[in-house]
Amino acid sequence: MPERALLAVEATETVGEPIVNISIFLAFVVVTLYITFRASRNNKTAADYYAAGRTITGSQNGLAIAGDYLSAASFLGIAGAIAVFGYDGFLYSIGFLVAWLVALLLVAELLRNTGKYTMADVLAFRMRQGPVRTAAAVSTLVVSLFYLLAQMAGAGGLVALLLGVSGRGAEAAVVIVIGGLMIVYVLVGGMRGTTWVQIIKASLLMVGALIMTVWVLGEFGFNLSSLFGQAADVSAAAETPRDVLGPGAQYGATALSQFDFVSLGLALVLGTAGLPHVLMRFYTVPTAKDARKSVVWAIWLIGVFYLFSLILGYGAGALVGADRILASPGAVNSAAPLLAFELGGTALLGIISAVAFATILAVVAGLTITASASFAHDIYASVIKKGVKHETSGVDEVKVARITAVVIGSVAIVLGILALQAGLNIAFLVALAFAIAASANLPTILYTLFWKNFTTQGAVWSIYGGLIVCVGLIIFSPVVSGVSEGPSISLFPDADFDFFPLRNPGIVSIPASFFFGWLGTKLSKERPNVEKYGELEVRSLTGVGAEKAIYH
Amino acid sequence: MTEQAERLTLTPEQYVEAQNSPEFTELRRRFRRFAFPMTVVFLSWYLLYVLLSTYASDLMSTEVFGNVNLGIVLGLLQFVSTFLITTLYVRHANKNTDPIADKIRDELEGGQNA
Repeated sequence: MPERALLAVEATETVGEPIVNISIFLAFVVVTLYITFRASRNNKTAADYYAAGRTITGSQNGLAIAGDYLSAASFLGIAGAIAVFGYDGFLYSIGFLVAWLVALLLVAELLRNTGKYTMADVLAFRMRQGPVRTAAAVSTLVVSLFYLLAQMAGAGGLVALLLGVSGRGAEAAVVIVIGGLMIVYVLVGGMRGTTWVQIIKASLLMVGALIMTVWVLGEFGFNLSSLFGQAADVSAAAETPRDVLGPGAQYGATALSQFDFVSLGLALVLGTAGLPHVLMRFYTVPTAKDARKSVVWAIWLIGVFYLFSLILGYGAGALVGADRILASPGAVNSAAPLLAFELGGTALLGIISAVAFATILAVVAGLTITASASFAHDIYASVIKKGVKHETSGVDEVKVARITAVVIGSVAIVLGILALQAGLNIAFLVALAFAIAASANLPTILYTLFWKNFTTQGAVWSIYGGLIVCVGLIIFSPVVSGVSEGPSISLFPDADFDFFPLRNPGIVSIPASFFFGWLGTKLSKERPNVEKYGELEVRSLTGVGAEKAIYH
Repeated sequence: MTEQAERLTLTPEQYVEAQNSPEFTELRRRFRRFAFPMTVVFLSWYLLYVLLSTYASDLMSTEVFGNVNLGIVLGLLQFVSTFLITTLYVRHANKNTDPIADKIRDELEGGQNA
């Protein structure tokens, strides 16, 4: 990506009034902290901490899922990608949306019926607990960390733009503040607090995006064609002219980048149903029917939001222009805030940036609780403690989860600072998390639910195989390594150790993981546990013996 | 009382028996009859869109009305098809799978309490 060169023009332009921006953000923090503290009074058992007591309604959970899923990648990343690259950015939103059908048709209800708190509950259901739970927990941690890293990078970039701070130290300080806040939400509020933060955030985001969308359309007399026309004209006259209406502005240059686009598309559509923080949300509702209802709500909310973001992206391209977006401190991720300022000045910018912060906070809180739950429930309670039941119903386990949340939060802060400095598009970073989820988790989930003869060895090979291939290819791709020729946007631009040319490895690692799962099963000496599969099948489709809601 | 104690536990034999019952076989058939072919349909339609965007960019740049080209129109149709499949699935589940699932669950849970 050639934007690196443009970034060299260090922009010191601050947009809006930092005081206004900070006040609106602080107001959000105060309100959500209050709600989190109130919610925490009902946290008594592990089911409260991990799954909000399973008392969230279907429609509330739909909003919370939208709040969890519409991360900074969706709000800032997609709008930015469409503003700068046009059509190629649009693919992100389509992939992110269509992916929900996999979750709706094949995963959500079956998972709610059979599991308890984590993805591993289902994956290990008919397998030997130790190896499968460990593998699932490892992949949960890796996916969550990648996702967290993207959100933290977004937060830093956004703040740099809004608060008028620039320089590495100040941006890093912002990442630390965001990380610290997220740890507080998770420690205090557990899943109940996190859910309410996500619900509030999703409502704010939908309303904010709606207002901006109507405003943008109003500027063009509610004529889609003239909006597109102006976006195309502005882009054609930019420093690096691009055709934003047709495909290929970002990925069309060479046969290799075209193939990369297909790889990205595959990772997007298969990633969602393997994202641990999304799967964990299905446990917060009382029944599988509520899980279905929540996915339906989520699909409508997310779909409508992505339609908004199409307008916002082209709107930013037309009214702000790619040159100004790329030259601003947040680079491609700052398209939406810049558009807000262009339309409504300081006030609208303040509101939209508060929404963007809320977005990031809500998502990182969801990720942190998922990762910490997975460690505490899958590794500590089930593997280290061998599932010995405590009379205190998981109080010990929750303590471990809280400690893990602090550790994960801290690691995310450090990685976020690194990613921030590389200036990568957030949607792109999130797409890597999707690739890992699609590679390490989805094949095992599908095999577990639908393939009678699947064995422990198959599950372990599929998870680790997919994970290692996917992460390995990312490490040796131009994303992490610098490249020998041309400008590079990568974590370590000065090193050159890439040998895998694609920036998204999905097209290789996803089939590889399906293959490992099949091979591991075929080579397995152990007979598949057919009785347990019977139980899994009956429970998953009928809801017999599913975990019940706990009302205090 | 912990949530563990509230949960129903059936014996492995009961589960296998339930799994082999004609009612459950019918439930599974109805679930898979919708979910599996529909997954093939929406994944193929999505991949077709991605491949056309990648390898037929001239075709996708064909203007349909004003500055709105075929690629944007097909992209928007992906939204429409996603909403449509969602609605169809809910209707299918309400009409065809939920009643059987509820019946089997009531029978098994009733048997447990007796």
